Amino acid sequence: MALTDTINAKVRKIPTWVVYLLGVLPLAWMIYLLFSGQLGIDPTKKLEHRTGEIGLQFLIASLVITPLVRYGRLNFIRFRRAIGQLAFFYICLHLLIWLVLDMGLMWGEILKDLYKRPYIIIGMVGFIAMVPLAITSNDWSIRKMGATAWRRLHKLAYVAGIAGAAHYMMLVKAWPLEPILYCVAVAVLLLVRLEWTLKRKLAATA
Amino acid sequence: MPRQFRTDLNWSDVTPKDVFLNRRTLLASAGAAAMGAIAGPAAAAKLDYAESAFSTDEKMNTFEEITNYNNFYEFGLKKEDPAANAHLLTVDPWSVEIDGLVDNPGTYDLGDILSGVDLEERIYRFRCVEAWSMVIPWIGFQLSSLLDRVGVQPSAKYVYFETLVRPEEMIGQKYPLLDWPYREGLRLDEAMHPLTIMATGLYGEEMPKQNGAPIRLVVPWKYGFKSIKSVVKMSLVEEQPETTWNMQNPREYGFYSNVNPEVDHPRWSQATERTIGKALFSRRKPTRMFNGYEEQVAYLYEGMDLTKDF
Repeated sequence: MALTDTINAKVRKIPTWVVYLLGVLPLAWMIYLLFSGQLGIDPTKKLEHRTGEIGLQFLIASLVITPLVRYGRLNFIRFRRAIGQLAFFYICLHLLIWLVLDMGLMWGEILKDLYKRPYIIIGMVGFIAMVPLAITSNDWSIRKMGATAWRRLHKLAYVAGIAGAAHYMMLVKAWPLEPILYCVAVAVLLLVRLEWTLKRKLAATA
Repeated sequence: MPRQFRTDLNWSDVTPKDVFLNRRTLLASAGAAAMGAIAGPAAAAKLDYAESAFSTDEKMNTFEEITNYNNFYEFGLKKEDPAANAHLLTVDPWSVEIDGLVDNPGTYDLGDILSGVDLEERIYRFRCVEAWSMVIPWIGFQLSSLLDRVGVQPSAKYVYFETLVRPEEMIGQKYPLLDWPYREGLRLDEAMHPLTIMATGLYGEEMPKQNGAPIRLVVPWKYGFKSIKSVVKMSLVEEQPETTWNMQNPREYGFYSNVNPEVDHPRWSQATERTIGKALFSRRKPTRMFNGYEEQVAYLYEGMDLTKDF
């Protein structure tokens, strides 16, 4: 207990802007690699995949916060908003790169993809699920909506997590390791929540 | 044709050969030095070849692009993996077993195969099933000339190909990423078509290992995965052979796998392609029927429903 208390006390002193700063470092690094010609033969795909992957990582990180409190007694809740906003930021970049660099704004092709390609549809579902989360990620919205409604709305993060991991899994050929790991991570994080809900219901009926 | 691919570049814009050769020499000697080298870098063997009327005059991809962006799962799943891992492969000695419905079956040394052919440069468009494309100056010979030499029997209908299996040198084969060996096949008339070549080099030099050294198939009107690399076995057979990606997912990868902008991959569109090496903000280009070789190969598929035999 003493160790987690010390960690929590230290964490409390870190201002949240540090998280935003660290969060944009991968983007800065990508931009540096791009302009120094180190993104390889196909920079468009690299940028597209990296931003999508980082977005998914932040999304998963935001889902780790609550289990950390419950199981590890570690309190990082004050960083969750920043982490979620960073996830949305990278997913927006991912979408923009797809639209502009990959598809070259060929709207006919893009629209066809949007209704014909399950992995694109699932990806868009994930993105759309994140929009209300991004809009309401501020104190004013919590006050305005009330904590219960706000918390219910923010369960959309689960939809985004599932959609993000599925989107990745659905576009690969063969069975590479990374998308499988993300699917497992999302599945575990949602299953522990299912367990909590079931336990709560059981306790309520008992 | 409104949005046809055009380039304002011409031959004078191609990187002069001595420049990129120089670059390779530098890299080779750096590599050799790093390994505490044996007697100096082996000079990349220059090949003797003729030009071909089948070559396109579209802008070629650079040697660097062609050799650092590969799908060759025997060396890993990522595009950079083959360039990083293929150096472990031993390509000399190399032999190709040719059996089945042929008059002269046997295991042929690569040198014997090459001693009987005239090498040509074939600058072909290359279209990957993943919707990207390149233009590659292959060096090779028509598969038909090899098949004629071994004597195809009248009952043969298909040619089956197999890639080397050597997990100690092909590290991707240590994992069941695909059902090794990699297998491919062509109908006999496709195999005998003058556009179909066995390639042993590119950019005037011996085939780089990550591109399928020492000998690979190139069928320019089909998706890239049909052009099997590092071939060690060919069989002339009567029945349509099993092929790797078709075994992996028959709904997504047909036996024919001809480039066709109208038949989409179930998961993504095949109507357009990204040209590797394009500027960041330049557009995709429309994919052409049979990858632009329609005039030469369409007759092979007359009367076939290409949405069914995709």
